[in-house]
Amino acid sequence: MQTTALNFKANVTKALGNANLRQSLKRVETNWVSRRAEAAARLPEFEALRDQARDIKNHVLAHLDVYLERFEQNVIANGGQVHWCKTPREARETILALCRTVDAKTATKGKSMIAEEIALNPFLSENGVEPVETDLGEYIIQLADEPPSHIVGPAIHKTKEEVSDLFLEHHRKYGQERRITDDQELVAEARKYLRQRYFDADVGITGANLLVAETGSSVIVTNEGNGDLTQTLPKMHIVLASLEKVVPTLEDAMTILRVLARSATGQEFSVYTTFSTGPRRAADLDGPGEYHVVLLDNGRSSMLGTELQDLLRCIRCGACMNHCPVYQSVGGHAYGWVYPGPIGAALDPHFLGIEEAQHLPNASTFCGRCEEVCPMRIPLPKIMRHWREQAFSSDVTPPLQRIGLGLWAWFAKRPALYRLGARLGIGVLGRLGRGRGSFSSLPLAGGWTKGRDLPAPAGRIFQDLWKARGGDAS
Amino acid sequence: MPDARPTVALFVTCLVDLFRPSVGFAAAKLLEQAGCRVVVPSVQTCCGQPAYNSGARADAKAIAAQVIAAFAGFDYVVAPSGSCAGMIRDHYPALFAGDPVLKAKADDLARRTWELVSFLRDERGLTDVGASFPGRVTYHDSCSGLRELGIKAQPRDLLNSVTGLELVEMHDPEACCGFGGTFCIKYPDISVDIVSRKTAAIVATGAGTMLAGDLGCLMNMAGRLRREGSDVKVRHVAEVLAGMTDQPAIGDAD
Repeated sequence: MQTTALNFKANVTKALGNANLRQSLKRVETNWVSRRAEAAARLPEFEALRDQARDIKNHVLAHLDVYLERFEQNVIANGGQVHWCKTPREARETILALCRTVDAKTATKGKSMIAEEIALNPFLSENGVEPVETDLGEYIIQLADEPPSHIVGPAIHKTKEEVSDLFLEHHRKYGQERRITDDQELVAEARKYLRQRYFDADVGITGANLLVAETGSSVIVTNEGNGDLTQTLPKMHIVLASLEKVVPTLEDAMTILRVLARSATGQEFSVYTTFSTGPRRAADLDGPGEYHVVLLDNGRSSMLGTELQDLLRCIRCGACMNHCPVYQSVGGHAYGWVYPGPIGAALDPHFLGIEEAQHLPNASTFCGRCEEVCPMRIPLPKIMRHWREQAFSSDVTPPLQRIGLGLWAWFAKRPALYRLGARLGIGVLGRLGRGRGSFSSLPLAGGWTKGRDLPAPAGRIFQDLWKARGGDAS
Repeated sequence: MPDARPTVALFVTCLVDLFRPSVGFAAAKLLEQAGCRVVVPSVQTCCGQPAYNSGARADAKAIAAQVIAAFAGFDYVVAPSGSCAGMIRDHYPALFAGDPVLKAKADDLARRTWELVSFLRDERGLTDVGASFPGRVTYHDSCSGLRELGIKAQPRDLLNSVTGLELVEMHDPEACCGFGGTFCIKYPDISVDIVSRKTAAIVATGAGTMLAGDLGCLMNMAGRLRREGSDVKVRHVAEVLAGMTDQPAIGDAD
């Protein structure tokens, strides 16, 4: 995906002016924030489960090589293959080469953020393999030719009215003439036209929520069952996953699944949780003839042992963005790359470089709610601050900010001078503000006063008043 | 006769020092009421958060070292702000992780440092402030105090001891107000959008007064309420707990 992260501010202006987006984003709070809270409250051991899930991932990250090799051995033992890919390009080319071995014309796809990360769809299209998204949200944005704006609900930015229009426009070719507005009917319509695509597909590509080392299984969770049809009907199933998805055992997978759906959508469990273990065996009624796992690194192994390692615990539940006041205001597209919200603000600079992604870790109030709800207890604000330090020390921070900050810090380190300056400045402001209580505009304070008044200071600083009243000052 | 009371060094915070001295006096009054002697060390400017959160680690460390030196030796250090107290308690020790001498001093300071309301309630056991304030108020949980220091019940407990005061909860009081320190001027459009959700929640309670424990958040919410033409009064929680509400509310004319 082409990044627009550097244009964050322009993206924000566009987002804040988009009435449909603002309408759609209200669903984030009503659908996900309150349901997560209810789900967490219903399960007494939820907090303990979060600790367990975090510990499992920490253990895996300390022994990643061991579990990945064990996973590969078991995939091979089941009759499948693992393809190790360092870069997005290697992963794309591996997938295309696999598609060509079965002379694929179309490939159905389950939801996969890694496919977004490696920009798989345009690459397949250019090379004669038509990708067909089967997750309802992904299907909607594929019709709209847009990237996902949320890692769980990729089309959360679309209103139902927009979906009705999109379906009518794109389903006319199937003979559809009526504009449908009912929720259930819209789902049924997508299902109807997707059905034949499943049968026609030569290859099914899915992501993986987890890879299980002890069994060589890949695990996906969906609410629509689309992933099952994607991976069982075609001749070949390709699992596209990044390497930190591996867990040691089925037991570990269950622990993580117990926090995943609760954190994401407030469900106890997703409607479908599907374990895929190798290709179809002789006695199986169904299943793909071939099973391949494309395992992507894309710089993740270089995060091990650094400030960024904790990010590799992420299970892509989306709770951080659902609870983020900034995400709730601007939605996912404003962030300008694959991963939006707090996880994106912490992760995207690693992929894009801090210069391109400089706004993302800065555009946070550090309210800490993301870390509070993260099932894997990733210290997201701390990692964003790490990126701010990188930006500052590599001169990416804008000059005006650096000068302002430098001047303020120079005074803050000299208390006597600071007090003198504060006394004078506050005295002037106090006189200017006398009788009106607050300023509706003030030179150099446009950032503040553009959308709110600035409460005027009293006119004398506390430290002077304290001494004047005979207070004890050491 | 020597003074047996514990000595509290008031970390007044830069915003209270500059914009709202009355909060400092309210804090001092409450601390004395809770049996403490109050000192205001004159070598204080700011806790260093603007530098720390802008990635200027060297400046943040220099300012932190200055605070560590100025506030050494007191029984307690108390700030009328969860954000500044959280900075000292949680982040100073992390800043000096590689420096054993300053790390030990930072740990020592962190152990003695409190946010005002939680200090009064949890450390000094205050249950009744003996103040009165007529009318409905609503309380916003500022993020750092809530999530770094666990301040949630303490202000509500003490507010419930105020005669005539009726506390009504707003929708999602734990949602950020959009202040975020320098965030509010670096990304003003987002900040204003966030605070507008907060002011809508405040106004919907029907409360005449909105309280919180951090002046940055209060100035942000007061500024937005004024711009919207609302007549909801905004005050620091310490002013109400100390019974010092004679001066105009934040952002209001004399």
